[in-house]
Amino acid sequence: MSAANQLAALIANMFATGLLDDQFQQLQMLQDPSAPNFVSEVVTLFCHDGERIIGELAKLLDKPTVDFDRVDAFVHQLKGSSASVGALKVKNTCIQFREFCQQKSKDGCLKTLETVRINFYELRGKFQTMLQLERQVNGFPPNN
Amino acid sequence: MGGKYSGARTKRRWRGLAAAAWVLIAVVGAAVMHCTQRRQSMDRAEERLFSMCEERARMLQEQFGVTVNHVHAIAILIATFNYEKSPPAIDADTFAKYTARTSFERPLLNGVAYAQRVFHHEREMFESQQGWIMNTMQREPAPPRDEYAPVIFSQDTVSYLARIDMMSGEEDQENILRARTTGKAVLTNPFRLLGSNHLGVVLTFAVYRPDLPADASVEQRVEATIGYLGGGFDVESLVENLLSKLAGNQDIVVNVYDVTNASEPMALYGPSILDEQVPHVSMLDFGDPFRRHEMRCRYRQKPPIPWSVITNPLGLFVIWMLLGYSIAAAYSRYDKVTEDCRKMEELKTQAEAADVAKSQFLATVSHEIRTPMNGVLGMLDMLLGTDLTMTQKDYAQTAQMCGRALITLINDVLDRAKIEAGKLELEAVPFDLRSLMDDVISLFSSKSREKCIELAVFVCNDVPKVVLGDPWRFRQILTNLVGNAVKFTERGHVFVRVCLDENSNMEANQVIHGTMNGKDGKVESTTNGAFNTLSGFEAADRRNSWQYFKLLLSNKESLLDDLEDENSNQSDSDHVTLAISIEDTGVGIPLQAQDRVFTPFMQADSSTSRNYGGTGIGLSISKCLAELMGGQISFTSRPFVGSTFTFSATLKRSYEDISVDSSRSLSEALPTAFKGMKAILIDGRPVRSAVTRYHLKRLGIIVQVVNNMSAVVKAFPGKNGATVSREKATMLFIESDFWRPETDVQLLNHLREHKNGLLSDAPKVVLLVTSEADKDNYGSIFDIVMCKPIRASTIASSIQQLLKVEMPERKENQNRPSFLRSLLVGKNILVVDDNKVNLRVAAAALKKYGANVSCVESGKDAISLLQPPHSFDACFMDVQMPEMDGFEATKQIRQMEMKANEEMKNKLALSEGSTVVEYHLPVLAMTADVIQATYEECIKSGMDGYVSKPFDEEQLYQAVSILVVGTMDSAV
Repeated sequence: MSAANQLAALIANMFATGLLDDQFQQLQMLQDPSAPNFVSEVVTLFCHDGERIIGELAKLLDKPTVDFDRVDAFVHQLKGSSASVGALKVKNTCIQFREFCQQKSKDGCLKTLETVRINFYELRGKFQTMLQLERQVNGFPPNN
Repeated sequence: MGGKYSGARTKRRWRGLAAAAWVLIAVVGAAVMHCTQRRQSMDRAEERLFSMCEERARMLQEQFGVTVNHVHAIAILIATFNYEKSPPAIDADTFAKYTARTSFERPLLNGVAYAQRVFHHEREMFESQQGWIMNTMQREPAPPRDEYAPVIFSQDTVSYLARIDMMSGEEDQENILRARTTGKAVLTNPFRLLGSNHLGVVLTFAVYRPDLPADASVEQRVEATIGYLGGGFDVESLVENLLSKLAGNQDIVVNVYDVTNASEPMALYGPSILDEQVPHVSMLDFGDPFRRHEMRCRYRQKPPIPWSVITNPLGLFVIWMLLGYSIAAAYSRYDKVTEDCRKMEELKTQAEAADVAKSQFLATVSHEIRTPMNGVLGMLDMLLGTDLTMTQKDYAQTAQMCGRALITLINDVLDRAKIEAGKLELEAVPFDLRSLMDDVISLFSSKSREKCIELAVFVCNDVPKVVLGDPWRFRQILTNLVGNAVKFTERGHVFVRVCLDENSNMEANQVIHGTMNGKDGKVESTTNGAFNTLSGFEAADRRNSWQYFKLLLSNKESLLDDLEDENSNQSDSDHVTLAISIEDTGVGIPLQAQDRVFTPFMQADSSTSRNYGGTGIGLSISKCLAELMGGQISFTSRPFVGSTFTFSATLKRSYEDISVDSSRSLSEALPTAFKGMKAILIDGRPVRSAVTRYHLKRLGIIVQVVNNMSAVVKAFPGKNGATVSREKATMLFIESDFWRPETDVQLLNHLREHKNGLLSDAPKVVLLVTSEADKDNYGSIFDIVMCKPIRASTIASSIQQLLKVEMPERKENQNRPSFLRSLLVGKNILVVDDNKVNLRVAAAALKKYGANVSCVESGKDAISLLQPPHSFDACFMDVQMPEMDGFEATKQIRQMEMKANEEMKNKLALSEGSTVVEYHLPVLAMTADVIQATYEECIKSGMDGYVSKPFDEEQLYQAVSILVVGTMDSAV
């Protein structure tokens, strides 16, 4: 199976499982000769950002007194990012998360943080595979 | 109401009083009249009585006087002949004879007698001389006394008095004494006369010696008396005799009284008085100053009251009452009419109010229904977008269809109510009439294809391209009429034709003229024995048949080549009156229903709604709308032949080019890439070919019409010569009913082969069909099978595919992005978002439209970049950011701008005349949750709009276009 085919299959799978939505297609459409690495750039940004936010959230929720406003701000940011890349599952979880924040329910927050983490890492894993495959397709040899 | 009621009551009371007063006046008037007349009649009767009485009195008096005079004469006679002669010349016989002979002179006296004065001492001598003894009244010898008055002469009628001493009668004695003292005739009281036993009086006249002087004293007279002449007045019989000679005797009763003693009148004549009637009294003077007599006259019966005294007032009363009655009747009639009028007025007001209320109710209710219905429809739309099973989908679609039908009906009712309430106002916007007609036609294209009927539109060349009017209402009329036409037509055609009103009339006139001259007497052409209309079926109104249509076209034949040129036939006025006719070959309208076609909710007959559905409100709305547009609507219809509805509308010419204002355009402009191409149309029907030609002309394609396939082959040059490239037709349009498969396929192939096998050079062949079914049948033979109704735009798109004409600007769905691109290209845009991912995506999206994008990650950075003067054209700002959110940042930006603007103004104030260009950076919020509150906050903090995150193309377009319009005003 060629890298291109694999890439296509992967993306199709991501759409099919509901990880991604139309917005990702929009992103792909935005990639043109003037910005050849646009998608990978955005995805990488998203992955770093997401990782950072999840770390921050874990720290905040670990404290005995939780500053729910700050938690909410972080979740909002994550939600914005995921909406921009079209990460449907993450985005939906974030919406749930924010509801718990508004209710100031620490248990709920912790639970959804776990879900977010799972969803995010699943997506990140697939994104990384995708980026690798893309590099192969574009003629860059795999790094490892 | 209360006032009015009491007013009516007082009025009634007043009228009652008036009636009573009227009757009272009548009664009083009648009574007064009665009394007056009665008195008058009584006066008259009295007058008559008076005159009668006087007449009788005078007569009596006169006769009495005559008698007395005569007695006087006798007295003188006796004095003369008895005393102056010696011996006396008169003896008893002479006296008797003389008096008897002259008794006619004394009608009132029954006789006269003469008594000589004899003193007592002369008695003996006298008695011896006469030879008889004096007797008393009682026939006894007279007792002695001082004087005697024995009767010596007497008339025969009173011969019983002879030898009687008159002094013996008490009354006679008194009479004698009075007579000789006065020297006049004296009368006795009335008494029953001797002999006749009638009431009478005795007249006594003293006879003196002739030497008595005229002015002798009483003593001298007494001394000179020699005798007495007396006579009895038989008053009773005499008066009777007298009265019987006079007229009116039986009417009155006459009494004569001696009233010497006033308190005790003594009757002389007449019956005793029975009634209390006041008599008329006339004085009688019988010459005796001592005695007074009077005559009393009265009617025998009370004078009858004349009938007129009763009938006249009664008549007057009746007339008066009748007059009163008629006045009262007239008044009450007037009252009733006034009251009725008032009631009518009231009812009219009520009815009008009810009508207004009805319209308002309809409008309100329709509106209230429409709002939730829109919700229902929207939801159904969304429901249909979800995953549904076939059954569910079917149900939902049915519901949606019903909902649409309902909302159409409600809209119709609302329109009708609006029109009735006079609230419908027409807009005046420029619109392209031809593309509007195309749109309307395309609405019904699927139906016409299903029914296999020809549907075509033709707009005359001289109709302006762009007109000012209300396109929606115009469209409503058209949709309605065309919808009806399609609905009621099962075979044949529906043909919509638009031309100027004056041409339409002129055309009709010419046709009539032509027919009159007999040149074109045969109206129906004989092509295939059919009528020369669009589809070959007969139409109700012949105006659209070729005979007439040709004339319409020929007027502008010279203009036909240059479609765009409208200035050449500009008319003087700004208004154009269009005549639009919609002709169908349907069932027609039954004759008896034709006059109520435009009545709301009235269909031709009740079976119509069963067979065809609909409410029958559409035509009445169309009529109202046409009238609002300054036109009218009419129709010609023949049952089972078809109907032609014609309406006119007055619109304004618009010199504004519609394509500039693309947001208002109802449909996109036609492509111009086909200009100058040539095509051949095979169609035997002139009307239809004219329609097809019209659509192709609009695309700039030059059309040649031929009758059949073989003519086409002739039209192409036999060999591939030098002329081919110039004269070559690129397209061949064939009407399906002029396509004869068995022969024409060969001809077509022949034609294709003829082109040296160069397929690209061969003309593309397009078949025009009326139903979808045909499309599949001919698919293999032709390059394109085009389903009618044809429109310029559908032809354009088909040909474009066929010829692969490059039209970069005209691709579907490219319109908007390219517009967005044109708006954004080269613009410097600042995107502010703390989220790097979002920032990157937004920047990329904007870059795609050609914008130069700068990115910053916080509000503060944005503010520092946006210190005026700066070079940014717009700013997209995230709302939720840490430290400083979008709202706050925008507020600060606006403050900075204000400061800068003021400074600039101050500077500019020094150099007058230059215009102030204010800084106002369009700031658009980027937000994920687009709710009203957010929008309001955006505006409050000085933002110009918002876009959702991530960017939605549509929304971005909207927001940016608003922005561009906004900045146009200030920045240009």
